[in-house]
Amino acid sequence: MPINYYIFLSVALFCIGVAGVLTRRNAIIVFMCIELMLNAVNLLMVAFSKMHHAALAASDPNAGINGQLFVFFIMVVAAAEVSVGLAIIAMLYRNTHSVDINFLNRLKH
Amino acid sequence: MSKFIFLVPLFPLAGFLINGLLRRRISKSFSGLIGSAAVLASFVVSLLIFFEVKEENFHPVIVTLFEFMHAGKLSIPFSFLVDPLSVLFLLIITGVGFLIHVYSTSYMQEENAPAYAKYFCYLNLFVFSMLLLVLGSNYVILYIGWEGVGLCSYLLIGYWFKNQEYSSAARKAFVMNRIGDFAFLIAIFALINQFGTASFGEIFQQAPKATTGLITMVTLLLFAGATAKSAQIPLYTWLPDAMAGPTPVSALIHAATMVTAGIYMVARSHVLYDLAPVSQTVVAVTGLATAILAASIAIKQNDIKKVLAYSTVSQLGYMFLGLGVGAYTGAVFHVMTHAFFKALLFLGAGSVIHAMGGEQDIRKMGALKKYLPITHITFLLACLAIAGVPPFSGFFSKDEILAAAFVKNPLYYIIGVAGAMMTAFYIFRLYATTFLGKFRGTADQEHHLHESPAPITFPLIVLAILAVLGGFLGIPEIFAKDSHMLGHFLQPVFAGHEKMITESPVSVSTEWMLMGISAGLATIIVIFAWMRFSRKPELGEPAGFGNWLANKWYVDELYQAVIVKPLNAFADFLNRVVEKNVIDGMVNGAGRLVQYGSRQIRYLQSGQVGGYVLLMVLGIVILFVVQLFLRK
Repeated sequence: MPINYYIFLSVALFCIGVAGVLTRRNAIIVFMCIELMLNAVNLLMVAFSKMHHAALAASDPNAGINGQLFVFFIMVVAAAEVSVGLAIIAMLYRNTHSVDINFLNRLKH
Repeated sequence: MSKFIFLVPLFPLAGFLINGLLRRRISKSFSGLIGSAAVLASFVVSLLIFFEVKEENFHPVIVTLFEFMHAGKLSIPFSFLVDPLSVLFLLIITGVGFLIHVYSTSYMQEENAPAYAKYFCYLNLFVFSMLLLVLGSNYVILYIGWEGVGLCSYLLIGYWFKNQEYSSAARKAFVMNRIGDFAFLIAIFALINQFGTASFGEIFQQAPKATTGLITMVTLLLFAGATAKSAQIPLYTWLPDAMAGPTPVSALIHAATMVTAGIYMVARSHVLYDLAPVSQTVVAVTGLATAILAASIAIKQNDIKKVLAYSTVSQLGYMFLGLGVGAYTGAVFHVMTHAFFKALLFLGAGSVIHAMGGEQDIRKMGALKKYLPITHITFLLACLAIAGVPPFSGFFSKDEILAAAFVKNPLYYIIGVAGAMMTAFYIFRLYATTFLGKFRGTADQEHHLHESPAPITFPLIVLAILAVLGGFLGIPEIFAKDSHMLGHFLQPVFAGHEKMITESPVSVSTEWMLMGISAGLATIIVIFAWMRFSRKPELGEPAGFGNWLANKWYVDELYQAVIVKPLNAFADFLNRVVEKNVIDGMVNGAGRLVQYGSRQIRYLQSGQVGGYVLLMVLGIVILFVVQLFLRK
């Protein structure tokens, strides 16, 4: 399939993720949208890696492997970040009984 | 000997420093001694140099002390020019200056010691500046001295600074002088621009190559400077007001030396003036008009010093007339004789004022001749000299100028003689009202009348001798060949004009006739004024035309209305409107802008996480756009 389709899909997913981060009030939904952005990027990485492999398969059988390798790194980072983030949200909920981000403006003081 | 020329200004400079720095610690007699000795030492050195310059085969010497300014190809050395003209002025300045210093030691006795020392400090500084002026070998050194004497004039006129009126007079003198200085400075710039140098010798050598237009502009600007310094129309009104200063100051600065700086400068630049006939006419006409105007005002003045002040303005007008018609030797001759008799008149007036306990109104004087014999005789001799009665000095010098004026244009001569008649009239009005008739002051003043002590009468006597005999230095050639000693002395300086002296363009009989007319008319007016004012002194208020003269033709009032008031109003406007609203507005506005900006930007720090994330996203988008689309 032409690479453009993958790019459009990935960009669409990323923009939806950004819109979600900016708009949603529930902290957990915001986290989900961040995951969405990361996964959109993963998708793009794999797509490009297949594209490079298709273009360069004759000269180098391992062409385009970097993209797929990096996807693993992104997934690891995502997992670590989610665990830390959810732990923070759990603490915040215990103290304020709310996950509404508009309520969480303690940074001002 | 001429290489010791630097000593001449050095002594008064040393006197200035000693009197100025130690003024709270030295006694009055010491400061007077230092001041007078400094000028005497300069006089002695000047005399020795004079003897050297007098030799037949003397060439002008330039003694350079150091490099004053250096910019690219322009080099202005701090150097002195020793030639007959500068040496003559040196003798006048140091000689008459010394006599005035001696006079001042007694005249200023009533001051306390620091103020007394301050007086001599300023006086020495003045002599130093004046010497720089006449010794300078280029226009820049001349200008340094020029400004220096203007400053000292301000300091000395405002000597009794606690009096508001005197301080205003000092300020007026200084401001008017500055106007002239500005014109002078422009002229110097033009000269440097055209010739690449400010030295006299180099400029005068290259002068014929410049256009007449430029030379005319430069000479007119130089003359404008001289107008302010030497009190000609239109910048003369400071001089009568300058009489607020002590009388010896008036004698030295406003009679014998500072006001002659303009004459010196024009005489020195005669090469340039010869190339610009338009400027010469301007100089002559201005001088003549000033002579007549000032003489007319002097006729109706009642303050002894104001009469002499207007007389000075008038005599300076004659000197400029002489310069304008090409009689450079005559003008310088008149500078010399005028220094003698005008200083004598002022010092005599000071003696009278002291005797009268500070009174300066001549309507309250009279019959002083029996109380102040020496002052009376010397004053009379000076009056005869200034009136132009032969064989006193004023006759010879004034006549030389008038004869040259006749050659240029007989109308100048006629008006000049009219002015000479007015001179004789007002000066003998002054003499008769002061010294003859009956005493009109209070009984208290009459008790106080006494002849002045030796330090005052000695200079009077010396100056009287000079005023009587000084004329014989410049006897016209028609009497005997080579009799014009001054003319021969100055001949190397005014080369090309010596013919005016040796062979006059008019016939011998015409010259006898001119001399006879001026001498005869002067004598007649002297006798007339003597008779009239000794019998019936002018005590009443002036009427009609006399009112115009007594009020100085309302020139001061005119200047006040046309120049001073608009300028003050403009300055007031600038202060109230521009300073407050614009400049303060800008400064305060900057502060207010910063405060407003910070108030608005504070809203960014809301503490809302959502807001911060939004800003972050916006920033990334902008970077993205810039990177992809705006950078090639």
